[in-house]
Amino acid sequence: MALPVSISVNGRRYDREIEPRLLLVHFLRDTLGLTGTKIGCDTSQCGACTVQLDGVAVKSCTCLAAQADGSSVTTIEGLAPDGKLDPIQEAFWEKHGLQCGFCTPGMIFATRALLDANRNPSAEQIRHALEGNLCRCTGYQNIVRSVQAAAAAGGR
Amino acid sequence: MATTVAAPARVFGSGIKRREDPRLLTGTAKYTADITLPGQLYAAILRSPHGHARIRNIDTASAKAAPGVVAAFTSGDTEGVVGAIPCAWLVPNSDLKTAPYPPLAKGTVRYVGDAVAVVVAESPAQAADAVDLIEVDYELLPATVDPEQAVKPGAPQLHQEAPNNIAFHWTVAGGDVDAAFSNADVIVRDRIIQQRLIPNAMEPRGALAHYLPATGELTLWNTTQNPHIVRFIMSLVCGIPEDRLRVIAPEVGGGFGSKIPQIQGDFITVFCSMKLGRPVKWIESRSENYQSTTHGRDHVQDVEMAATKDGRILGLRCTVWAGMGAYLSTAAPGIPTILHGLMLSGPYQIGAVKEDVYGVYSNTTPVEAYRGAGRPEATFMLERVIDRLADELKMDPAELRKKNLIPPFENGHDVVTGLKYDSGNYPGALDKVLAHVDYAGLRKEQAELRKKGRHVGVGVGLYVEICGLGPSQVAGAVGFQGGLWESAIVRFHPSGKAHVFIGSSPHGQGEETTFAQIVADELGVSVSDVKIVHGDTETTPMGWGTYGSRTAAVSGAALAVATRKIKEKAKLLTSHLLEAAVEDIEYANGKFFVRGFPEKHKTIQDIALMANVAWNMPQGMEPGLEASTFYDPPNFVFPFGAHVAVVEVDSETGDIQLKRYVAVDDCGHQINPMIVEGQVHGGVVQGIGQALWEHAVYADNGQLLTGSMNDYALPRADALPDIEVLSTVTPSPHHPLGVKGIGEAGTIVSTCTVYNAVLDALKPLGVKSIQMPLTPERVFNAMATAKGA
Repeated sequence: MALPVSISVNGRRYDREIEPRLLLVHFLRDTLGLTGTKIGCDTSQCGACTVQLDGVAVKSCTCLAAQADGSSVTTIEGLAPDGKLDPIQEAFWEKHGLQCGFCTPGMIFATRALLDANRNPSAEQIRHALEGNLCRCTGYQNIVRSVQAAAAAGGR
Repeated sequence: MATTVAAPARVFGSGIKRREDPRLLTGTAKYTADITLPGQLYAAILRSPHGHARIRNIDTASAKAAPGVVAAFTSGDTEGVVGAIPCAWLVPNSDLKTAPYPPLAKGTVRYVGDAVAVVVAESPAQAADAVDLIEVDYELLPATVDPEQAVKPGAPQLHQEAPNNIAFHWTVAGGDVDAAFSNADVIVRDRIIQQRLIPNAMEPRGALAHYLPATGELTLWNTTQNPHIVRFIMSLVCGIPEDRLRVIAPEVGGGFGSKIPQIQGDFITVFCSMKLGRPVKWIESRSENYQSTTHGRDHVQDVEMAATKDGRILGLRCTVWAGMGAYLSTAAPGIPTILHGLMLSGPYQIGAVKEDVYGVYSNTTPVEAYRGAGRPEATFMLERVIDRLADELKMDPAELRKKNLIPPFENGHDVVTGLKYDSGNYPGALDKVLAHVDYAGLRKEQAELRKKGRHVGVGVGLYVEICGLGPSQVAGAVGFQGGLWESAIVRFHPSGKAHVFIGSSPHGQGEETTFAQIVADELGVSVSDVKIVHGDTETTPMGWGTYGSRTAAVSGAALAVATRKIKEKAKLLTSHLLEAAVEDIEYANGKFFVRGFPEKHKTIQDIALMANVAWNMPQGMEPGLEASTFYDPPNFVFPFGAHVAVVEVDSETGDIQLKRYVAVDDCGHQINPMIVEGQVHGGVVQGIGQALWEHAVYADNGQLLTGSMNDYALPRADALPDIEVLSTVTPSPHHPLGVKGIGEAGTIVSTCTVYNAVLDALKPLGVKSIQMPLTPERVFNAMATAKGA
């Protein structure tokens, strides 16, 4: 059974017919070819697939594409469309907030969500806000520094 | 996108931003799962749900008839096409028994996750749906999962080739250990369980194979740390000549050892593409990863230490049962032996050691290198038993360590196991960390808090580790089925920009930056003018890969030597162009000039242009500006350090609060201190994960009970303090840049440092030992038992 959906991704509308069971992350990666969003687990634990759905950070592996019908999604590809990094990306670069880079897109969207809610979070608040996103390389410390730097630079 | 990086005064040693980051930050980097080829098919693998069972029958008819399915294969289909998965570290003098490891199980499954069949379909969902339609009739067999139990009489047997499940028995001995123990005033003992761990690189494993039947050529995109080894092994197993086999490690999302070996899924994917003549992709789910990608650690260790009553360590004796899993993975036998047993005496003057290591088959996922690989298990054993000795002798653990450390040395120190450490200043590292934390003050504070009933602990951990693997002659002598040298090609283009091609294969460690720093520092070019190319066997020279903290140590040395060859040619060409004697040509700050006449000079860009146009070359000099090197290191490198952890244990709940963690590490000269610090952070946290949270748990019947990220506890941001990172610098005497490795150091020592801190906190209660991970439940029970006793 094909289900028609209309989802706006990074400012562009996509009308597609999808399988009802299709997850948002697979819609982004397989249907649209936006592979910047990563899949790191199958239990909604790692947060690598975090994107922004109507302004809210969601784990796109835990959301059906059908649920995003009529919604706006921002993925990592949408943050620096003209090649100029946004302040959060810039801060992660500056503070060595990534190593292998696989968790990074999700971390950036978790950071966005935090800074939208709290423009000047403490280190403890940052660590709490990132506890749904796993990173195996950095030990999180430089990610915390990156978020602090992004906050200091005015968020986004 | 502009990625220009301004060059500071001296680029070697400066913490410049990474050149690889923009593509990673924008989602434009391509990992294996992100690559799609026209006509691509998708493989899904049916895995054994049982730890040990005979396969009576497999029925793939329904799967084959399912929508979108192109093929389904079982073991019989692979006969004559792909061979068994080889073990590539055949440790000598160990009576090694390598049982054949088929890519698809042949008659018997031996661990949960053992591959049984594969379905190939037009979409990933169709493949996943169809794989569930395969019917397998299993006859359950008894399983064994614990390496110590598996060798006991009556234990279920895995392989007829290996009676009592013993894969090997290896011994290392040095000095007169019997005399050490008979002369001892005091002997302390411990039993340590180095629990099994799951590496959890954030990118699961996967492969995309594209076989062209018309030419017999295969291209394989693979999540690997060592594409050249993959090509070598894949060629042997699948019969495709190396010249027709291209292996590409695209962006790789972490490895930690789990992307060294080639696993069943890699061979199955290649097999499917060979059979079908179309591109086939297989990407693990995370739960599949927990079963099919290699695990780490899994030791049962009995250790005893002999000492005099004034605290001089005389000897160390131990027996280790090292779980290998159901089959021997690529490098597995070398890990609890060469990388473990040879490091038994650590940074201490210990005159006698003896260790027996039994490598044991069990009905579990095969183990492989996992960050530290053998050295964390050795360091923990030593550092733990030293704390037990300090306790026994009523000595301060830091003082006891100081008393036994090898004094500083700059150029070689022979140790009892036969190794020659390159350089070290262990007392310097210990003094630095103790001063930084105000150790005396901490002890005073601890005494005060103890009076108030609070359980505060201070843990000290020291290490020296063996990395930068290593001289190829030694590799051969210890049974490693390959070399351990590295190669580099430096190629200057007419415009003065350079390409560097390396055989190693970084996957998050930042060599695209640090290696450009090496070239920039030697020749005065900008970092942004040097592009580092890696990860493709078709374009890069042979190399053995990125693991064992060897990339800066070996590949970086190769690059330094190649760069210096460029410099020599540039001097010769400068002397010709400036009509001066070559002995009079000097180099400084990017300029080759005539001594005493700095205005008469050529830059490397001038030389690159003149060498490439070749209008005016000296007699006999070839055109072009390119150099290549094959570098085989004369010795390993031996980084070291001293760490301190401060913890508080909640007496009501057993919860551990990690209050402070301080690391002093010495990896010689640092190419990029920002990257070094990042490696220490990540390494330390992985080791803390083992101490406090992580454990791959098997039920007695072979079921993996921690089979998903819901069940396996990984370190999370909110459970960690900031790590305080300091360093000392003791250059390696044999490395052209004085560099040592840093990738694994943090993991090697942080597990025992945190463990020692927790046990120090509980010392007043008389708790001597708790099995890792130190979960609140275990700590609470240990406290309750001690109080009740």
